[in-house]
Amino acid sequence: MSDTALAAKAGETAPEEATGRRSMLRRALRHPLVITGSIIVLALALVAILGRWLAPYSPTAMNFNARFAPPSLAHLFGTDDFGRDVFSRVLYGAAVSFKVAFIAVGISGTVGVLLGLIAGFLGRWIDEIVMRVMDVLFAFPAVLLAITVMAILGRGVGNAMVAIAIVYIPIFARVTRGAVISVRGREFVTAARAMGQGSWRIMLRHVLPNSLGPIIVQTSLSLAFAILAEAALSFFGLGTQPPEPSWGRMLSEGRSFLHEAPWMGIFPGLAIMVSVLGFNLLGDGLRDVLDPRSSR
Amino acid sequence: MSLRYLLQRLGTLLLVLIGVSILTFAIIPLVPGSPARVTLGVMATDASVAALEKQMGLDRPLPAQYWSWLSGIVLHGDFGKSLISGKPIAEQVRHRLPATLILAFTALLIGLLIAVPSGIISALRPGSARDLGVSIMSQIGVSIPDFWLGILLILVFAQYLHWLPSSGYAPISEGLGSYLKHIILPASTAGVISGSIMARFVRSAMMEVLGNDYVRTARAKGLAEGRVISKHVLRNAAITIVTIIGLQMATLLSSVVVVEIIFAWPGLGSMALTATLQRDYPVLQASVLLFAVSFAVINLLTDLSYVLLDPSVEYA
Repeated sequence: MSDTALAAKAGETAPEEATGRRSMLRRALRHPLVITGSIIVLALALVAILGRWLAPYSPTAMNFNARFAPPSLAHLFGTDDFGRDVFSRVLYGAAVSFKVAFIAVGISGTVGVLLGLIAGFLGRWIDEIVMRVMDVLFAFPAVLLAITVMAILGRGVGNAMVAIAIVYIPIFARVTRGAVISVRGREFVTAARAMGQGSWRIMLRHVLPNSLGPIIVQTSLSLAFAILAEAALSFFGLGTQPPEPSWGRMLSEGRSFLHEAPWMGIFPGLAIMVSVLGFNLLGDGLRDVLDPRSSR
Repeated sequence: MSLRYLLQRLGTLLLVLIGVSILTFAIIPLVPGSPARVTLGVMATDASVAALEKQMGLDRPLPAQYWSWLSGIVLHGDFGKSLISGKPIAEQVRHRLPATLILAFTALLIGLLIAVPSGIISALRPGSARDLGVSIMSQIGVSIPDFWLGILLILVFAQYLHWLPSSGYAPISEGLGSYLKHIILPASTAGVISGSIMARFVRSAMMEVLGNDYVRTARAKGLAEGRVISKHVLRNAAITIVTIIGLQMATLLSSVVVVEIIFAWPGLGSMALTATLQRDYPVLQASVLLFAVSFAVINLLTDLSYVLLDPSVEYA
C-alpha cells in the first residue's frame, strides 16, 4: 500500500465515519427509549440546576408548628418531623444526587476507560495484570465495596463519590477492553501502525473514538447506579450528612415515621426511582442504537 | 470441558482469591487510627494503646500480620476477635452465614418465579400488550431502589395490614409459619428486583430459541404449543437461563446486603454495616472476605456450568 493510501486509511476515512455518526444520531433521536429517557434526564437535570430557585422554602428551614403536615397546596409533598418542606428538600436533593453521580462516573469512566484501552490495545502481560486486578475488584459486591471504601475514607459526600467511582472502574475497564479488542485488528489501526504512529496516538486518535458506543451506553447505566449508590450510602448514614438534603438521607429519616407521615419516605424514593429509570431507559435505548450486538 | 480450561479457570480463581484476601486485609492498615484505640476508647493513654497493639500483633511487619491473619482463617476458621465485644468473629459468622444464604436462595427462588413465566409470556407474543406490560414492569423493577421497595413493603404489609413482621429473623427450628412470615418481605424485596432483571434475559433467551428452524419444524409437524415450549424451547434456553441465575446470584448478594440492613436480618450484610458504623474493622474484614469469596466462586461455577451445558462454548 502506498504512503498516501495508508495515510487515508489511518485518517479513518473521515467522511464515511461522519456520515455513520450522523445516521446513528438520527436513529438515536427517533428511538422511543432514548426519547423517553432523555426527557426524564433533561427534566431532572433542570430541576438539579434550577432547584434552589424553584423551591418554595429553604430546605433546612424548620417550622415546628407544621410538623408532619400532609401534602397540601402549601406543602406539595408535606413536611417532615422538623416541619421542613419535603418538596423543597426533594428539589435540592436532585442537585446532590446529580453532582455525586456525574463526578463519580466521571472519575470511574476516565480511569476505567484508560485502563481498558491500555489493556485491550497493548495486550500481553499488561492486559493480564490490569484485568486480574479488575477481577479482584469485581469479586466484591458493589454495595459492600462502597461501604468498605467509606469505612476506610470516612463519612461524607466527597468520599461517597470516590467510593462509587472505585466500584465502577472495573466495569468501564471491561467494557472498554472488549470494544478495543474488536477494533484493534481493523485496517485503519494497521495502517496507522505502518505509518509509524506511536501506540498512544493510535489508541487515543483511532481506537478510542471507534470504541465509544459501548462506553457511552455504560456511562448512562452507570449514572443510574451512581444515583442509587449515593442514595444507599446516605440512607445508611455514610454519604451526605445532615442538614444537607439528600434523597437517601431523607428516606432514612422518613423510615422512622412511616406510619405518621408516609410522604416523608414516598416522595424521595419516587425521585430516586424516576432518575434511575430515566438513565436506564436512555442507556437501554442507546445500546439498541450504538451496540446492537449486546442488546438483543 | 478440557482439563486445561478447568485448570486455567481454577488458577485465575486462586489469583483472584489471593488479591481479594490482600485487599480485605488492607482495610486495617488503611483505616485512620489504630484498632487498639477503637477497643480502648479515646481516653486511653498512648502506652496502653501501644501495649494492646503489641498484644494484637499490630507492631509486626505487614506481611507477617497478613500471613497469620490468612492462615488463621484458612487453617482454623479463625477470623480474629471483635474490637467491640471481644468475642470470636467465627462465632458470629456461624450464626449469620446461614441466615444470609437462606435469604439469598429464597430471594433467588422468588426472582425465578417472577422471571421465567413473565419472560416466556413476553417472548411468545413480542410486541403485544402483555409483552409491553412485562417490559414496563421489568424497567420499573430494575429502577426501584431495593431499600425503598423494602420500606414500602413494610409500610403496607407490616404497618397498615399487620400481616407480616417488619423486621427480624426466625430460624426454621422455631416453626415453619414463623420462619416464612419473617422471610417473605426481605426475600421478596431482593427477589422482585432480581426477577425484573432476569425476566429481560429470559425473554431474549426464549426469543433467540423461538427463531430456530427446529422450533418451526416442531410446530409444523403439529406438536402442541405447550410441548414445543417445554420440550424444545425451554430446554435450549436453559443454558442462558442457568448463566443468568449464576450472574444474578452474584448481583443478588449485593441486594441482600441492603435488604438485611432494612429488615434487621441477622446476616453478614447487616454485620458489615454495623461493623463499619462501630469501626469494628476485623468484623468488617470477615464479612467482606466471605462475600467476595462466595462471589468469586459463584462466578467460576457459572462459567463452568456454561461450558458444561453447551460444549461448543470454550474460552481460550
